[in-house]
Amino acid sequence: MISLDFILKFIVAAVAAGTPLLFGTVGEILSEKVGHLNLGVEGMMSIGALTGFMAGYGSHNLAVSMIAAFAGGMVSALIYAVLTIGFMANQNVIGLTLTIFGVGFANFVGVYMVGKTSSNTWQLSADLISQMKSIHIPLLSDIPVIGKLIFSYDPFTYTGIIIALICGWYLFKTKAGLNTQAIGENPAAADAASIQVTKWKFINIVLGGGICGIGGAYCSMIINGGVWISDCVGGLGWISVALVIFAAWRPQTAILGSFIFGALRVLKYYMPSVIPIAFFNMLPFIITAAVLLIASIRGTKGSHIPENLGFNYFREDR
Amino acid sequence: MGGEVKNAIRCEKISKVFGNVIANEKIDLELNYGEILALLGENGSGKTTLMNMISGIYHPDEGTIYVNGEPVSIQSPLDAQKLGIGMIHQHFKLVNIFSAMENIELGTPGKKLPPKELRARVTALCEKYGLETDPLKPVHDMSVSEKQTVEILKILYRGANILILDEPTAVLTPQETEKLFEILRHMRAAGCAIIIITHKLNEVLSISDRVTILRKGRSFGTVKTAEVDVSKLTELMVGRAVNLEIERPATDRSEEVLKVVDLCVERSDGSTALEDVSFHVNRGEILGVAGIAGSGQKELCESIAGLITPKKGAILYKKENMAGKTPREIIELGISMSFVPEDRLGMGLVAGMGMTDNMLLKTYTRGKGAFVDRAPAKKMAETLVDKFGIVTAGIEMPVRMMSGGNVQKVLLGREIESSPDLLITAYPVRGLDINSSYLVYDLLNEQKKKGVAVLYIGEDLDVLLQLCDRIAVLCHGRLTGVVDADKVTKEQIGLMMTGENWEEVREYGG
Repeated sequence: MISLDFILKFIVAAVAAGTPLLFGTVGEILSEKVGHLNLGVEGMMSIGALTGFMAGYGSHNLAVSMIAAFAGGMVSALIYAVLTIGFMANQNVIGLTLTIFGVGFANFVGVYMVGKTSSNTWQLSADLISQMKSIHIPLLSDIPVIGKLIFSYDPFTYTGIIIALICGWYLFKTKAGLNTQAIGENPAAADAASIQVTKWKFINIVLGGGICGIGGAYCSMIINGGVWISDCVGGLGWISVALVIFAAWRPQTAILGSFIFGALRVLKYYMPSVIPIAFFNMLPFIITAAVLLIASIRGTKGSHIPENLGFNYFREDR
Repeated sequence: MGGEVKNAIRCEKISKVFGNVIANEKIDLELNYGEILALLGENGSGKTTLMNMISGIYHPDEGTIYVNGEPVSIQSPLDAQKLGIGMIHQHFKLVNIFSAMENIELGTPGKKLPPKELRARVTALCEKYGLETDPLKPVHDMSVSEKQTVEILKILYRGANILILDEPTAVLTPQETEKLFEILRHMRAAGCAIIIITHKLNEVLSISDRVTILRKGRSFGTVKTAEVDVSKLTELMVGRAVNLEIERPATDRSEEVLKVVDLCVERSDGSTALEDVSFHVNRGEILGVAGIAGSGQKELCESIAGLITPKKGAILYKKENMAGKTPREIIELGISMSFVPEDRLGMGLVAGMGMTDNMLLKTYTRGKGAFVDRAPAKKMAETLVDKFGIVTAGIEMPVRMMSGGNVQKVLLGREIESSPDLLITAYPVRGLDINSSYLVYDLLNEQKKKGVAVLYIGEDLDVLLQLCDRIAVLCHGRLTGVVDADKVTKEQIGLMMTGENWEEVREYGG
């Protein structure tokens, strides 16, 4: 009844649909590991979506797009970092504001650009779209099952997995990662151990924002087939924030988590049509709410939540 | 060192001003290798400010600090570390989820060491200085004294040979304190220079070689420990002779006010906070509660005050069961009970409000209708200021701007003003200097003479032994005994704090 081919298709689609979530989650983990809850993921992804799309439109080059998306995300995270680290502003308020700003700004520029084109669609060149296609490695991609399962995704997916693995290695295997974690757990202890708290907070938050930005570019460039559409991130940033909890603040676990949520997103295409589509559209968000609920019931006990998450650090505070 | 005295730190005319407050004024201080220097002074005398300048957290406005004879400028904790200076703060600065050795490695330059090598280094360091630690144990599973050991190791691992300890014994049992002093003596013998800040005068006498006294931000001379005694030190510190005796007046104790029977309390995470605790307090009596921090003192206070619901057992106040009642219900029963929580600014007072509003917290329901009558509260605040000599810029000034001693006076004063029959106080002298502490003891004794039953949660065993009539000792939520204060020694209480029952201890050393 259900063929192997059908299952393979579903998995491949799930991984692709989970890719933007992977970027968002890993980026947010970096930020939360230094104790900063950044609710601006949706906004940072939107800005990354815009800058990536723009660069792609101008350069017809995927690598340039990705770098531009990374830079866009970094700049938007820098706004957040300056306000919360430098000016000690409330993290939640700034994060939410960043989301509202980022989404609005991307839509604003997008609408303007659409108006500038003759066909009233802002579209990427066929050359760039071909670069974004799923890779095909001769021989490897042709291996039955394995080839399809491992060697048939687009460049974004591989970039995301590599970034997640590097971040995992950085956080748990290097001295800098140890210092980073100490800041999120107990910034006063880190400070006393002569770790430069402010510097490392900036580095992690800004890098995290950059990674989110690439996830945004995936939304604008791949999901909609190279055509700019307003609100292209469409809530994936919010799911990413919840996925951080699901992944227990581990980038490696985020790989698995984002693909599971990716599966939820594409489930609607693989299910009998008896159940209304709206239900499946809602599903990832319901599960997100459930994850948050379960996490809060379990409390801090046994979870890996950074102890100082959400609180700014001021050395002379008592 | 071989007899030759080598200068570790010399401070020359150090001054530091915060706004219009002079924290340090022309302070001189000298510390040699191979010695332990005690820094003594009341609250606000500038001890911590001075130490923060040596460890790079503040920068002096005037004066010079010499390290190893060279004038230096210490701009950050990192600079201090490079000069071999390490500070152990009053509140431990450790990452709970990390193991001992991860905390030790934290912030050191270079690459992350393989766990095996790191472990070997930590173990070697322990052997050199006679310390004991389990390098792999996570900090959240450690006792206070284990955490302190990790703090010391952290500093030694960075190659420090000048150590500053800010009130290291405040949270230790007598046995743990003795162990710490043994370690410090060991380090002194190894050539380290050590500064220790403490309020406990007999500790100063037992550990230090010399004592430098600070008073109101100025250095008041240095004396050889061997040439002074407790009363001489107090006199130097306060500026006049102080009677260090805490009186214990005899009172009528016929009536039982509070009786706790088989009290069991669970923490929110499901662990046991109190297990079958039973005791009673009579009128005109101060019952002390001793125990290592976190042995269930907090839960005991909070369940009597009605803040948490016990799992089992009864709390009888004048024969009426209060277990499971809310604070409001307890007040409505006509029970007057005053609760002075250990976290003064967290639970006792609202930090951002002035004295008047804080008075209102306890009495606002007495007003009629929806409006609040502030006049009586204001009057009460003014009375307290006069009665207890509270130093404040104004009764409407937020209480967080006041010094620790004054905050405590406000809190205790408010509770006493409601003329309670039962007064619960947790660590009322924590962070207070000697003058303020004795004022608190006097206040408690005054209440006792009025016939109030007082439950006193304390940490300084010397004080508990002098002030209280009986002492209950808690260990991991179990009561290891309730003993008459004049029939027990400090050592015996120390043993009971670590889990031995009174029956065993009585045999051991009477």
